[in-house]
Amino acid sequence: MSTTQLKRVPASRSTVAKKYAMAVSGLIMVGYLVLHMYGNLKALQSPEAFNDYAHHLRTIGEPILPHTGLLWIVRVVLLAAVLIHAYCAISLWRRNKKAAGFTGGLGAKRYHSKQNRTGIQRSYASFTMRWGGVTIALFIVFHILNLTTNDIHPGGASDEPYEKLHNSFQYFWVLLSYTVAMIAVGFHLWHGFWSALQTLGQNRSSTRIESNANTAAIVIAAVITIGFLVPPFSIYFFGLGG
Amino acid sequence: MKITVNVWRQKNADAKGAMVTYQLDDVLEDMSFLEMLDVLNETLTLAGEDPVAFDSDCREGICGSCGVVINGIPHGPEVTTTCQLHLRSFKDGDVIDIEPWRASGFPVVKDLVVDRGAFDRIIQAGGYISVNTGSAPEANNLPVPKEDADHAFEAATCIGCGACVAACPNGSAMLFTAAKITHLGLLPQGQPERDSRVLGMVEQHDAEGFGGCTNIGECTTACPKGIPLDVISRLNRDLLGALAAGKA
Repeated sequence: MSTTQLKRVPASRSTVAKKYAMAVSGLIMVGYLVLHMYGNLKALQSPEAFNDYAHHLRTIGEPILPHTGLLWIVRVVLLAAVLIHAYCAISLWRRNKKAAGFTGGLGAKRYHSKQNRTGIQRSYASFTMRWGGVTIALFIVFHILNLTTNDIHPGGASDEPYEKLHNSFQYFWVLLSYTVAMIAVGFHLWHGFWSALQTLGQNRSSTRIESNANTAAIVIAAVITIGFLVPPFSIYFFGLGG
Repeated sequence: MKITVNVWRQKNADAKGAMVTYQLDDVLEDMSFLEMLDVLNETLTLAGEDPVAFDSDCREGICGSCGVVINGIPHGPEVTTTCQLHLRSFKDGDVIDIEPWRASGFPVVKDLVVDRGAFDRIIQAGGYISVNTGSAPEANNLPVPKEDADHAFEAATCIGCGACVAACPNGSAMLFTAAKITHLGLLPQGQPERDSRVLGMVEQHDAEGFGGCTNIGECTTACPKGIPLDVISRLNRDLLGALAAGKA
């Protein structure tokens, strides 16, 4: 009988340390999402307010920072957070798959029983963290090509931030893709925000359901999902901004 | 009652196993789950077949030796150990799937028996306290807040059965490791090794090939002793503290 021992690595590079990295990078992205969502809601006020806000983002910190200086700092921090988050996720994903004792090549099974396939109590959100994360990453690429660089411009290209938004959300497929993505973000945050707080040692309740960290996760997931969907739905269904 | 069992049969660690079906026509609902396996083994032995290997010792739910995955759930449908599960939890005519704990840190030895030596090595890596020999000290010299004592005791009820690993979709042994960290770290006697304990045990946990925790909570619902989920949060907090203090 053989027990295979892996190479012993210092605790600073352990699975727990990788979870710290995922938690911190995840929380940075959540912080960004809250600010981004707040900015989007300016669209409800007026097209001018939205454009002024977008313009202001490029002038914050002047003259100490150059034009669009802060924006680039934020972009670099976010890119680093995304890369760290994804690197740790993939590395843990591979390890965990192996650790769970799946045997046999393609279509490998852990337990052969067909009963209780979905576990005892685990949530749909926890099942979809990994592929949900991949979905969100692909969406971000589309989103940047759509509303930042405006390379994808259904309804016509524009230099005006509000017009870009307004032109795109005349189309049902655009609305649908953003809706699917925001629901994916909601599920990801529902499990992810709770998980980040537990990973950083902030849960003091014996079950997830009783934990304040879980309540906070539900609130943040709901606020972000709904907050992001209000402007596009207002434009498509209620003709916001004409 | 009549029960059909699908049991994982595997000759040895290197053999390829498979599920094998057996029919039990005359078992009683008052029998424990392990007694049902005993009956099965008697039948197999009389027929000249190899009996199903499984671990058991106290059969009182306190030693942590027994434990199999029943219908996809470690220790089966009730929150208890396999030995304390009775056939009254099943219906006449039920099909029961019985499999060993599945994790790369727990290699199968034979049939339903796995090698849980990994847990012993995690304990060796820090699950102890330094004590002076000699006569017992005066108990009131070391005041312990009631809340800490209760929580430490709750964590100390872990019997090391391994159900947490079998339940965890990542094959992580964090609940076991964290129960020990909490049990010893909450009490004054556990303080001298508090940092080295968490560092050593987490390193050993990973070296054994267990997975990382994703805070799903299957472990705590499968745990026959109800070890709470916040012990993992405490381990994370302690490790963060030890790393921040530069103890690594």
